[in-house]
Amino acid sequence: MIPVHDLQLDPQGNLRHFLTVEGLSREWLVRILDTAESFGSVHERAVKKVPLLRGKTVVNLFFETSTRTRTTFELAAKRLSADVLNINVWVSATAKGETLLDTIRNLEAMSVDMFVVRHPDSGAAHFIARHVEPHVSVINAGDGRHAHPTQAMLDLFTIRRHQADFSRLKVAIVGDLLHSRVARSQIHALKILGVPEVRVVAPKTLLPVAVETLGVRPFHGLEQGLEGVDVIIMLRLQKERMQGALLPSEREYFRCFGLTPERLARAKPDVLVMHPGPINRGVEISSEVADGPHSVVLEQVGHGVAIRMAVMALTMGRGQ
Amino acid sequence: MKSTIAELDVEALIASLGECLSKQMDERGLRDPLLVGIHTGGVWVAERLKQRLAISGALGQLNISFYRDDFSRLGMHPEVRPSQLPSTEDRDVILIDDVLYSGRTVRAALNELFDYGRPRQVLLGVLIERNGRELPIQADCRGARIELAPGQRIKLTGPSPLRLELHTVDV
Repeated sequence: MIPVHDLQLDPQGNLRHFLTVEGLSREWLVRILDTAESFGSVHERAVKKVPLLRGKTVVNLFFETSTRTRTTFELAAKRLSADVLNINVWVSATAKGETLLDTIRNLEAMSVDMFVVRHPDSGAAHFIARHVEPHVSVINAGDGRHAHPTQAMLDLFTIRRHQADFSRLKVAIVGDLLHSRVARSQIHALKILGVPEVRVVAPKTLLPVAVETLGVRPFHGLEQGLEGVDVIIMLRLQKERMQGALLPSEREYFRCFGLTPERLARAKPDVLVMHPGPINRGVEISSEVADGPHSVVLEQVGHGVAIRMAVMALTMGRGQ
Repeated sequence: MKSTIAELDVEALIASLGECLSKQMDERGLRDPLLVGIHTGGVWVAERLKQRLAISGALGQLNISFYRDDFSRLGMHPEVRPSQLPSTEDRDVILIDDVLYSGRTVRAALNELFDYGRPRQVLLGVLIERNGRELPIQADCRGARIELAPGQRIKLTGPSPLRLELHTVDV
């Protein structure tokens, strides 16, 4: 099997696919962030698009529901002047028995240039990347419990806008880490960019086994976990993935792990509160905090467009 | 009149470009023009012209990387500084570049200018106009016109001092 980093970079060292941040160099992550910065003002102009991907076709291939991720990918592609096809596969051909590879082959026959893939199975985007034609790029928009690299990059972009120096940051990731592909990608990205202290805060039942091997400090109490941190990344409690008795109840969870103004006071005075959305108000975070002065949740959504534009432009602009 | 590279003095070129633009501004009745430099050499030249032409308001900076016609062949430029431009709607724009060669950069710059609004008119001023046009684009004002062999490239280095360098590439 081809290692992931060889799959992502072409022989000239250009980014061909964006499947995971794992294995990418610090230079690549910084380049993605810098490129996103250069796209940051496109939406402020009279014509909110640039002609970079004019004539290219991007397929949003979603095997799982999503609103924010799919629409920001769509908007990113359109701001780059690409044509976009949105295909929701759970209501489409695979429901009639077509295999994943058949779906890809059929779309390739329509001369598409990029697949943006979300799939409930870990490794689905990698599988597609291994089988597409040489000119086609694949972007992972979330696969199972494995990775969600563009979400991690937009979170880092948001942090960098407020805290330029990553080498002194303390970041706490709070909540359902067990089911979270976002957290996994965030941890890798934060470590690659040199954040010295990444904490993971969750009840024991929601932390993956041997999470320390990722280079993070686990905490089982929210108060201690938030002590003196610069950034708090809240994760959504993934109710749809909760099978078995991992938690007593949502109310109980909020009582122990919900982010409230009192608990927020434990962190640094200029702490940033982030959440990838959608927010479960009153479950993992109180409305006062979600809508409060430390929250950059809506900023994250806007940055999602710029990051996705950057990743699309870098993978499609590989040269020949 | 055509010059050779040895005769080119950047200060003198800026002076004659400025003189020509000033005359054009009078003749065409430009009101409160927006001076826009194309990244990076054009921005340096535009900064010098701004004082000379007594143009108020911020200098526009255009980075045409997202509008280049060779993106699919060459890919993304590693260091893209975003363009900084106010609305061009109904404005008189003076577009400045260092060297006018194939005309492709100016084509891209015009396309980008129009994405910030519909300018009333656009003037093109360049420090050096050389032979080798591939598009029907001409400058309204130039510091000098020179004739170079196909493999020769002229490049402005700066920002201080501004110097012109001649290179030879394989064609």
